[in-house]
Amino acid sequence: MPRSLEQYLRPGLKGTTFCPGCGHGILLHAVVRAVHELGLDRRELLFVSGIGCAAWIPSPHILADTLHTLHGRAVAYATGAKLANPKLTVIVVSGDGDLVSIGGNHLIHAARRGLDLTVICANNEIYGMTGGQAGPTTPRGAASATTPGGNPYGPFDLVRLVLGAGAAYVARFPVTQPRPLTDAIKRAIRTPFFSFVEVASPCPTQFGRRNRLEDVGALYDRIRDLSISRDEAFGRSAAELRDRIVVGEWTPEDLLLAGGGRVPGAPAC
Amino acid sequence: MAAGCGFYAGYPITPSSEIMEGMAELLPKAGGAFIQMEDEIASISAVIGASWAGAKAMTATSGPGFSLMMEGLGYAVFTETPCVIIDIQRAGPCTGQATRVGSGDIMQSKWGMHGDVEIVALSPWSVQEMYDLTIRAFNLAERLRLPVFLLADEAVGHLHETAEFHDRFETEQRVRGTDGTPFGSAEPGGVPPMPRFGDGANLLVTGSTHDDRGFRRVEEAEAHARLVGRLRRKVLDRRDELVDVERHELDDAEVAVVAYGFTARGALAAVRELRGRGKKVGLLRLRTLWPFPEREVAALDGKVRAVFVPEMNHGQVAGEVRKCFRGELRSYGQTDGEVIGVETMVAELERMV
Ligand SMILES: Cc1ncc(C[n+]2csc(CCOP(=O)(O)OP(=O)(O)O)c2C)c(N)n1
Ligand code: SF4
Ligand SMILES: [Mg+2]
Repeated sequence: MPRSLEQYLRPGLKGTTFCPGCGHGILLHAVVRAVHELGLDRRELLFVSGIGCAAWIPSPHILADTLHTLHGRAVAYATGAKLANPKLTVIVVSGDGDLVSIGGNHLIHAARRGLDLTVICANNEIYGMTGGQAGPTTPRGAASATTPGGNPYGPFDLVRLVLGAGAAYVARFPVTQPRPLTDAIKRAIRTPFFSFVEVASPCPTQFGRRNRLEDVGALYDRIRDLSISRDEAFGRSAAELRDRIVVGEWTPEDLLLAGGGRVPGAPAC
Repeated sequence: MAAGCGFYAGYPITPSSEIMEGMAELLPKAGGAFIQMEDEIASISAVIGASWAGAKAMTATSGPGFSLMMEGLGYAVFTETPCVIIDIQRAGPCTGQATRVGSGDIMQSKWGMHGDVEIVALSPWSVQEMYDLTIRAFNLAERLRLPVFLLADEAVGHLHETAEFHDRFETEQRVRGTDGTPFGSAEPGGVPPMPRFGDGANLLVTGSTHDDRGFRRVEEAEAHARLVGRLRRKVLDRRDELVDVERHELDDAEVAVVAYGFTARGALAAVRELRGRGKKVGLLRLRTLWPFPEREVAALDGKVRAVFVPEMNHGQVAGEVRKCFRGELRSYGQTDGEVIGVETMVAELERMV
C-alpha cells in the first residue's frame, strides 16, 4: 500500500492474515483509499464487522474505531451506534455469508429504515473462514464443502434484494475494477441514507480450489470475464445474462423505471 | 431514565411491552434515542453498539426474547459493555403461557451463555423496587462494565401500587479515558476505563479473546485464562457490595423461608400469619440473585433448623441454597402460571415447624 495510505493502518501489524491471492486485501485497499480521498476525520469513523475472513478487513487493520461483532449482527450493532451518536460515519464491512445469510434480516430492515449507514459486502460466493461451505450467494451448480455434487439452489441477487428493501444507493463492482469500486464506496459513504456496495472478491483457497480454479490468475480472469456493465447488459435476455456479474450503480429510481413494486418513500434520518 | 438511560432498543413481547411503549414515548422527549428493532437479537446488538457510542443503554424482554439474546449477552460480558436487561419472566418453557407468571429464567441468566461468566442479577418485589433496582442496575453496569439483569416476574411487572419516583440517589458516570488499554487492568479484578467511539481511541472491540489493547489473542492459553479470570473476579471480588438481602423475623427463627420476587411478598405474609400463631418462622429475601448470596444463606446454618424455598420454577434457587445450607431443606416449585398463594406457603410451613 502506498505511503499516503499507511497512516490508516494500525501500527504493529505484520501484514494481513488473508491467504495469498484473496480479494479481501484489495478491498481493504479500496476502502482505505476511499476514506483518504474523502478526507474524512478518522475520529468520526466507525467500522463495524461480523465474523468471517471479510470481517477482518477493518479489524484489526484499519486505524480507527472498530467494532468486531458476532456472526451476522454487524448491521444491528451499527444501527445502535449510529443512533446513539449520529455524528459518527458508520461503515460496515463484512462477508456475504455474514451479512446475507445469518444477518439477512438485519440487512433488509436497515435498508428499510434508511439510517445513514454504509454496508460493504465482500462476496466470495462461499463461507471462506469455516472451510468452504455453500452460502446464499453460491452460484447454482458450484461445488462447496456442503454441495459436493453442485449447489442445487440459486444465489440472491443482492442488488435487487437491498434496493427492493429500500436502500438509497446500491452498487456492485469486482475487485478487478479498483477505481470504479473505490468511487462507488465514496459515493456510498457520501449518501446520507442507507447505502450498499457488493464487491466480487475471489477466494482462491475455498471457492477456487473446489471449482477447478486453482490458478489464482484463472479465478481473477473468471470474475473479470463474468463482469458486464449495466449498459451492456441492458436489453439482453435472462439466458444471456445467466451467471454474469452485472456491475454498476443503482438508485430507487431504477425500480420505477423497471415498473416494479412499491418504491419506498424517501428515507428519513 | 432517572438513572441517565439514553438509549432503548427492543422488540414487543408480553409481558414486557409496556416498558418499551413507555420508552418510545418518553425517551425521545428527553433527548435519548428509541428504536424498535426487527427481533431481540438485533435489540441487544443495537444496545451494545449504542453503549460503545457513549449512551447508557437498555432493553426489556421476556422468556423467548431472553433466549434469543444469549449470544449477544455473552458478547457484552466479554467486551465489558455496560447495559441493563429487564426480563419480565413469564411461564415457560417455550412460548408457554405468555400472559402468566413464572420465574424460570434465574439459571438461564447465569448459565444461558456459553462459557463461564459472572453477571449481576437483581430481583425486585414491588413497583418501588422496579424503580430503585433499575437505577441500581444502571449504576452497577456502568461501574463494572457489565450487563446487569433485572429479573422481575409478570406479577411484579403488572403490579399497581403507589411508588415514589424520588431523586435521592447518585448516578454513576462511566469512567472514560484513553490510556490505550481499554481491556486490561493491573488489578486481578480491575475495571478499565472505557473510551467511547469518536473519542479518538482507535478502539479495537472484539468478542474473541483479546489483550489489554483489544488485539485478538485466540491461541494463547495465558491470555484467555487471564481475561476470563479477571472478568470473573471483577464480580466475585465485589460480592459484598453487590449482594443485597433483607431479613424479616429471623433472630429467633427455627424455620426460614428463602424467597425472592413476587413470591417473597406472599412469603412475608405467611411468616406474619404464623408468627401470629406463635410459630418461630422468618424470611430471608434475596434482592440480589447473582452473585448468589452464599454467605448470607450459609449464615442460616446452625441458626435455623430448616429452610423452605418456594419459587415459580422447579428449584432453581433451592439448588443454590442446598450448596450452602446443610440442614433440612424443603423446595416447593409451582409452575402453573399462577403466583404461589399465601395459604399454600402457610400450609407447607406448618408441616415444618
Ligand atoms: C452463530 C455463529 N454461527 C456460525 C459461526 C461460524 N462461522 C464463522 S465465519 C462463518 C462464515 C463466514 O462467511 P462469510 O461471511 O461469507 O465470510 P468469508 O469468510 O467468506 O469472508 C461462519 C459460518 C459463528 N461464528 N457464529
Ligand atoms: S479462506 Fe478465502 S476468503 Fe478467507 S482469507 Fe483465504 S482466500 Fe480469503
Ligand atoms: Mg464469504
